[in-house]
Amino acid sequence: MIVNSIEKGIVIDHITAGTGHRILDYLNIDTKNNTVAFIMNAYSQKHGRKDLIKIENVTDVDLTVLGLLDPTATVNVIENGQIVKKISLELPETVVDVIKCKNPRCVTSVERNAHHIFHLMNAETHEYRCEYCDDIVNMKGE
Amino acid sequence: MLKGRSILEPMDMTVAELEGIFDLADAIIDDPEKFAHACDGKLLATLFYEPSTRTRFSFEAAMLRLGGKVIGFSEPNSSSVAKGESIADTIRTIACYADIAVMRHPKEGAPRIAANNTDMPVINAGDGGHMHPTQTLTDLLTIRRRKGGFTNLKIGLCGDLKFGRTVHSLIKAMSRYEGVEFIMISPEELRVPEYVRKGVLEANNIPYREVKKMKEVMPELDVLYMTRVQRERFFNEEDYIRLKDRYILDLEKIENAKEDLMILHPLPRVNEIAVEVDNDPRALYFEQAKNGMFVRMALIMKLLGIEVQ
Ligand SMILES: [Zn+2]
Repeated sequence: MIVNSIEKGIVIDHITAGTGHRILDYLNIDTKNNTVAFIMNAYSQKHGRKDLIKIENVTDVDLTVLGLLDPTATVNVIENGQIVKKISLELPETVVDVIKCKNPRCVTSVERNAHHIFHLMNAETHEYRCEYCDDIVNMKGE
Repeated sequence: MLKGRSILEPMDMTVAELEGIFDLADAIIDDPEKFAHACDGKLLATLFYEPSTRTRFSFEAAMLRLGGKVIGFSEPNSSSVAKGESIADTIRTIACYADIAVMRHPKEGAPRIAANNTDMPVINAGDGGHMHPTQTLTDLLTIRRRKGGFTNLKIGLCGDLKFGRTVHSLIKAMSRYEGVEFIMISPEELRVPEYVRKGVLEANNIPYREVKKMKEVMPELDVLYMTRVQRERFFNEEDYIRLKDRYILDLEKIENAKEDLMILHPLPRVNEIAVEVDNDPRALYFEQAKNGMFVRMALIMKLLGIEVQ
């Protein structure tokens, strides 16, 4: 399958197969005004099956969110048809207002304007802990 | 330095800081007069979003005995909270008047929201089923005063170990000391949750056993920490009736216990300790309640950075 290469934009490559739709969800890309290519289950020699996202004309995406969802993905920034920057991702130590606490007893369920803050607890299992109630979210399995 | 800090969970304090608080509490117990004006001119705000007369009295008595004064509310219906004010706004307003605040809230993490929005020290006085650090301080002070320290103790925990947050906090706090061993006495349904078993006990290689009856392990114990087995925690009435007597402490069950066993209970008790046990010298739960006030006095002084020569 061939998708045209882009002049300017961003390519998120080596996305763990099956994770691509979540990334699109969380990134909140304006899909009305930008051309977005989303390839699922592409075959890569190095990684086996992978997902891939190309977004035209957008050169900044939330790298924290990307790292949180799939730290093994890579980000290529394209300008004038050339890769001008390769960014490798990592699991963020802290994420603010990306994941919401699901514990109904958590104060974030009642306090207006409270930021939803999660801290990395276990880098192997991708477990994050709510700043307020210590509830644990597993970002691998979500 | 504890000055200016908020205390939201027991592990917010290092072992050395805890020792400092207990040393001060001991000094206050020895000579309360000396500290009667330590907090002259200071104001404590007690923000109780759910009623807990016992904890509130303990904090208020602590501040008053230090010469300080107290403002606050004990039911949110009568305050601006009822009009829908956020915790962040409430604490910012209170910080205009008070020097230190104590918060009890049914939602987990509420005191952290408060602490994140002010430079005034905030003490968590219980947030839902989450944390209750001053209860843990109380338990630890009581153990230290009787045992001289926290090392080489065999601690029995009895009753509802699944939902009992005071039990979880105590296990966490005690896991920092050498030679501590736990024997957990509960029905299968009410054993400690996975995060305590794996995250605290096994992660720190702390020896523990889980048993169903207390009589057989009684002779080994240095401390017996009792908690209430609540009827509503059981799936059915039959199980509750079948099991509850097993977890009621009476004189017969402590017949073969050590002479210097410490029987503790966070109170209030319902029926899990028979009244006949109260007169046994090993029953220390009322002493524990009294220590609760003294340790809160010490904590308030430390957080306000007040020293008495
Ligand atoms: Zn939470």
